[in-house]
Amino acid sequence: MSLIQHQLLSTSISSSNSAFIAKTNFNLRTQNVSLPARNIGICKCVATPQAEKTAYKTKVSRNENMGKLQAGYLFPEVARRKAAHMLKYPDAQVISLGIGDTTEPIPEVIASAMAKRSHELSTLEGYSGYGAEQGEKQLRAAIARTFYDNLDIEEGDIFVSDGAKCDISRLQVVFGSSVTMAVQDPSYPAYVDSSVIMGQTGQFQKAIEQFAKIEYMKCTPENGFFPDLSNTSHTDIIFFCSPNNPTGSAASREQLTRLVQFAKANGSIIVYDSAYALYMSDDNPRSIFEIPGAKEVAIETSSFSKYAGFTGVRLGWTVIPKELLFSDGFPVAKDFNRIVCTCFNGASNIAQAGGLACLSPEGLKAMRDVIGFYKENTEIIMDTFNSLGFKVYGGKNAPYVWVHFPGQSSWDVFAEILEKTHIVTTPGSGFGPGGEGFVRVSAFGHRKNVLEACRRFKELYK
Amino acid sequence: MAQQLLSRNDTVDRVVCVKDRPSLHAFTSKDWSLKKFCAWVCPLTFYMDTVESDTYLIESLDYEYITVDIACILPTTLLTSKREPERVPLEQELLKLPKEGIVAAHCTKVDRNVNLEKLQNNYLFPEISARELEHIKKYPNAKVISLGIGDTTEPIPDIVTLRMADYARALSTREGYKGYGAEQGNKALRKAIAETFYGDMAVKGKEVFVSDGSQCDISRLQLLLGSNVSIAVQDPNFPAYMDSSVIIGQSGDLQEETLKYKNIEYMTCGPQNNFFPDLSNTSRTDILFFCSPNNPTGHAASREQLEQLVRFARENGSIIVYDSAYAAYITDGSPRSIYEIPGARELRWHDCIVWALHGAGNPPLGGGNSSTALVGVWEFAWDTDIHHTTPINRVAIEISSFSKIAGFTGVRLGWTVVPEELLYANKVPVINDFNRIVCTCFNGASSIAQAGGLACLSSEGFQAMLSVVDYYKENATILLDTFASMGLKAYGGVNAPYVWVHFPGRKSWDVFNEILEKTHIITVPGSGFGPGGEEYIRVTAFGHRECILEASSRLRSNLCP
Repeated sequence: MSLIQHQLLSTSISSSNSAFIAKTNFNLRTQNVSLPARNIGICKCVATPQAEKTAYKTKVSRNENMGKLQAGYLFPEVARRKAAHMLKYPDAQVISLGIGDTTEPIPEVIASAMAKRSHELSTLEGYSGYGAEQGEKQLRAAIARTFYDNLDIEEGDIFVSDGAKCDISRLQVVFGSSVTMAVQDPSYPAYVDSSVIMGQTGQFQKAIEQFAKIEYMKCTPENGFFPDLSNTSHTDIIFFCSPNNPTGSAASREQLTRLVQFAKANGSIIVYDSAYALYMSDDNPRSIFEIPGAKEVAIETSSFSKYAGFTGVRLGWTVIPKELLFSDGFPVAKDFNRIVCTCFNGASNIAQAGGLACLSPEGLKAMRDVIGFYKENTEIIMDTFNSLGFKVYGGKNAPYVWVHFPGQSSWDVFAEILEKTHIVTTPGSGFGPGGEGFVRVSAFGHRKNVLEACRRFKELYK
Repeated sequence: MAQQLLSRNDTVDRVVCVKDRPSLHAFTSKDWSLKKFCAWVCPLTFYMDTVESDTYLIESLDYEYITVDIACILPTTLLTSKREPERVPLEQELLKLPKEGIVAAHCTKVDRNVNLEKLQNNYLFPEISARELEHIKKYPNAKVISLGIGDTTEPIPDIVTLRMADYARALSTREGYKGYGAEQGNKALRKAIAETFYGDMAVKGKEVFVSDGSQCDISRLQLLLGSNVSIAVQDPNFPAYMDSSVIIGQSGDLQEETLKYKNIEYMTCGPQNNFFPDLSNTSRTDILFFCSPNNPTGHAASREQLEQLVRFARENGSIIVYDSAYAAYITDGSPRSIYEIPGARELRWHDCIVWALHGAGNPPLGGGNSSTALVGVWEFAWDTDIHHTTPINRVAIEISSFSKIAGFTGVRLGWTVVPEELLYANKVPVINDFNRIVCTCFNGASSIAQAGGLACLSSEGFQAMLSVVDYYKENATILLDTFASMGLKAYGGVNAPYVWVHFPGRKSWDVFNEILEKTHIITVPGSGFGPGGEEYIRVTAFGHRECILEASSRLRSNLCP
């Protein structure tokens, strides 16, 4: 197509002249057409390749922090690979033990509480508009009572949210870009990614697969999945998840005491992720606040996702003790409250009604039953890999099994498992360089799928 | 029962209470300015204005009694005061105090985020709530009417709540259970939003991101944009734009004299300029926040005004963030979406265009020969996604919400549209980065709320929603009439559920207080929305009809303008 310049009607063609342009295909035809007298302006026609869309390039610079991120967030990436695999093998029965997505129905007592709240919203007496951004009072009190009884944590310290992932980002917004942070390696990717987005890190260093300015605390079988604190540099914030995602390891009272002392000595703040606490079988602390002195150094975040199957319903909470102070004495809870009031507007009231039902005696029992079910899955998976001669970690205190594939690239193992058994797992390196050589197998799934998956693992690795 | 008395000589301005244990009481003079902060999450933290008496009584609205351990005491200032707090090392202060009852607190070495220090006051709406609570306590028998926070009051239509209830129940069944949803939102809902609100504007489902509401979306957009972009806001405007900008580090310091943040461009909107900024006097910024129909003024920008805005943005390579949360309230045919506005008058074609002359061998089109002017014929190769050949306006991100149309203020559901074609200066598509934020910092709106959203967009649901919107619009008309009858100039109320009332020469917090004292009605002082709001009061039209009528009656009787 050639570039042609012409005189044009000075009445430029605009959206209102759609009659001028027919909405159908038609071919080039040359013809003589008479037109009434008009002044003619200039139109430059540009031939554009078929595929190129009309783009509007602004003068707005891209946030350079976004540029530091190396790839998509881990779990959508795993989902992409799963989708591609399903396209390739449309008849395969793909089993998902990758993303930690709950599969069992929400207990009826909880679901019906949410249904009831929904109905109430249609009535004059039952309708409620904006809720308190920090969460409904009753729910906050129930969370304090259920999880922090005798730990001197009360309703006012609890902030209800739409989940731990969102809370992590809100905490990062509170902390700002000038703080330094430490994470376990491997760890749940939201800590590192949110830190990059917030501008706390330097560039990604490909050689070591680490972001500059983040302190990576290696957690391996060799050190019992607890970092060597004597070799850990001081940082402002320490993210710690126990029971751990992805390794499944749960820190002991002694280990957590050391962690709290470390934080106290360094003036750091621990962000303690206890989303899997109810999966604990061993007699380890379920809350960081069981450790003396923790209230002055720690924030705890948790979630209903893996307890009540609320992965889609969205409900979690964060505890910030009044004693937690910034260097100038300003309470951290105050700033978090400000963020919650400005950058958030509360968790859905229907989800909160569900949360309250979760914490009723009947709800708690029902949740424990579902958790027990997933724990049985975990045992089955662990037994399978053990019987195949693999070194297997986790599983006892968390719904994740951390399988060692020494000397192999975890994405390669992921791909091989997917290709040969149609099972989706999660490659360990997605959780940090310390995860290389491992694959995470999650235990959420219908029993028959878990059994079938284990059968296929046995086939592959016999 | 132990008592801790603080003596004036301690030069104490602020007491930070870090433990709530029944160990001692502190008494202070009954200072109104103390009480208003007691509704905070950390109810025992407060600031004293001036140290007036020898003993200090601390009261809490949330508790029957409060007890206090005084942990650390720093000299600082009351929130409404403009002075920067002085920082004194904690240890020095503790040494000055009597030891009894004092617990030495551990301060971490983590510095407070300097951006949060820049925020001078509470977020506006919790502040209003706190004042309301205080007023109720002061006048326990008064029937306080809330026309302050724009909180919906009418029940959600049955068809919507039935769907949500069914969805919730289904979650307890094997067939109906669903775990994580797509972070961007349920596919059917995204499509329904695109079709319902942007039907003929070529917005695709994949450009729609479902969220838990606009306030959250605004902050996610700020996280996306980062601290190095410059922003412009209308003045007055919804405070979340400014506050989130401060929090993310874009704004610079607040300037005391003008009450404006140094790096934010304020576009004054008032009756004098028909509530549309004078763009010829507006500096270029990367981002332009624009809300229409406007909160708080109620003004809906006209097509001409928005065309100007789009042109301005295009010329400057800026991105408009267009807040259309109140579009359903429009009465007068003003545009409901920024995407109704075509791009500036240049032709951009999606596909090939050929101007062809009338044929081989014929002379090319000359100038001016009118009667036999020849026109070439266009050839298009169509992209089947685009149903229009109109140049589409792609300079804008649009945010909106179900809050004020479906009564979803507590249910939490909204959306953001990011056009695929919107690029940064380095050609990276904005939508890719926004998607990354949504996947990393968010995990999707509640699936139950999304089920409700789909029901809202069914034809029956939509009609039901519009009935409730009409109800609030009638409220707005009543309020407009009321103020008019009182001889006050009231704006808005026609295209939005807000009435913007002018009290010339008066400070808006004073008017707020006077209205509250004389009529027990909560409103919102205009200065909370920016310096351009001084002299104005925002009155919302959300409320039960009887409350609106009662409020009108009280205003007429008790308030002499």
